[in-house]
Amino acid sequence: MQAGPPAAAAIGPESAYLQIQSLSKVYPTDDGPVRALDRVSIEQRKGEFVSLVGPSGCGKSTLMMIAAGLTSASDGQILVDNQRVTKARTDIGIVFQNHVLLDWRTTLENVLLQAEARGMDMAAAEIRARELLAAVGLGGFENKYPKSLSGGMRQRVSICRALLHDPVHLLMDEPFGALDALTRDQLVLDLQDICSRRSVSILFVTHSIAEAVFLSDRVIVMTPRPGKIDRIIDIDLPRPRTLAMRQSPEFAAYSREILDIFLARGVLREH
Amino acid sequence: MPAAAALEQTSALSIEQVERRVQSESRSKRSRDRRTEIISPILVTGLLLVAWEVAADFFQVPTYLFPAPSKIVAACIDNASLLLRESWVTAVEIVLGYMLSIVIGIPLALGIFHWPVFAKSVYPLLVSTQAMPKVAIAPLFVVWFGFGLLPKILIAFLIAFFPIVINTVMGLSAIEHEKIFLARSMGLSSFATFRLIRFPNALPSIFAGLKISITLAVVGAVVGEFVGGDSGLGYQLMVANGNMNTPLLFAGVLSLTVLGLILFGLIEMLEHFAMPYRERANGATGAGTM
Repeated sequence: MQAGPPAAAAIGPESAYLQIQSLSKVYPTDDGPVRALDRVSIEQRKGEFVSLVGPSGCGKSTLMMIAAGLTSASDGQILVDNQRVTKARTDIGIVFQNHVLLDWRTTLENVLLQAEARGMDMAAAEIRARELLAAVGLGGFENKYPKSLSGGMRQRVSICRALLHDPVHLLMDEPFGALDALTRDQLVLDLQDICSRRSVSILFVTHSIAEAVFLSDRVIVMTPRPGKIDRIIDIDLPRPRTLAMRQSPEFAAYSREILDIFLARGVLREH
Repeated sequence: MPAAAALEQTSALSIEQVERRVQSESRSKRSRDRRTEIISPILVTGLLLVAWEVAADFFQVPTYLFPAPSKIVAACIDNASLLLRESWVTAVEIVLGYMLSIVIGIPLALGIFHWPVFAKSVYPLLVSTQAMPKVAIAPLFVVWFGFGLLPKILIAFLIAFFPIVINTVMGLSAIEHEKIFLARSMGLSSFATFRLIRFPNALPSIFAGLKISITLAVVGAVVGEFVGGDSGLGYQLMVANGNMNTPLLFAGVLSLTVLGLILFGLIEMLEHFAMPYRERANGATGAGTM
């Protein structure tokens, strides 16, 4: 249950799917270098749901972008299936806080962008896209443009887009951060349902403690500036998890544990 | 219980009836709005014209100074074939100059966007051509290229191409980095990213530039005709001015205005055709706000 290296060693290299090894990111600025990430090591097994929780500016989004091969690291390395990541990974699905839908494409066309980009069989992809949309309650909205959808609906579309090619690894960067509480709850349930029906590893960035505990197999708590791993917590709650379980003592204990870290680190302050 | 019953009583309509009423009210309001949208500008313009006519008559304003609308209309009708012919000449100059500014402006913008070094070396030159008053170099064009079509096209181009370049560069640069991240994670090549994401993303901005430019191209063509023309509406304006034929002068200005409006309308039509999704989205929000 302690920081970085011991937890990483506990998994063992042969079963790890994603290995982030002593990763650092430093930004040069006019006022000298700024440390965004300080020797972070994380391992993720296949099919595991791992959340990164931390306050704004702890570098968790940066970490995710580096894990996607979209941003370069200053030091350290990322291995996927023991292969070093040197360029943008295309075996992933990615969901951002902003839905990043294309205004000029309908819901269906936005989801199908994934298929178009990858040269997939379009007829099969369309059937699958319609299934995915129906599964998240967007049946009948296929031909609507993003502008006429609500925030929650748009984010659902972007999740469908990220899942269309059945990626082995799903990276979600605060996907529900811009949504209202009820919509968040629904999408968290939808996401759990989606993962239960396929073998996908999910790396999930959030600053919601409840969301992290509810969804994850493991929660990685990060400290702010520079981003470091504070603690790795295994969440041992039965699946599928229900909203009522959020009131259970086990759930409360996990939330409390994370909260205590934030209190101890001064991320949160009680008056 | 009695209180609840009383509340029920106050609204005798069922929710379906309320629905129907709200729908029909909104529909009639919208058609009323549409009617005022068409009628009020016509009414205002008509009133102004009548006031103008009456004032010209009442104060005995000399026609060569400020002709009454009726005189201008008469001039339009008398010179209809002349005005049409000259409009055609000017329209050809405008359209060719405008097309030249698209053909040169958009690739130039792509170059500026794509190669920062190219941008840095070309940009000062580009800004200088804009700072330089084109009217001042128009006579030079007459010296170089004579009195034909070419100098007018070039002046129209020179005036019109800048907003196209600037707006295209702006549109291509203004994109959320997440969209580019998304494209890379899908394995899109940079050309495919451009075709599928960057270019359509820039279209609203490009069309904003195109709309500014079409009105500038009209100015350019007329300036060209002023300086060294033997035909076209600009040339006719000079002739009418020299003859103190003020009604014809006004008729020429009116023709230019109509020509400019038609060309602008064509670009707007093209815009709607290129971005139908914007139309529909705007319609939806328009219906939502009361």
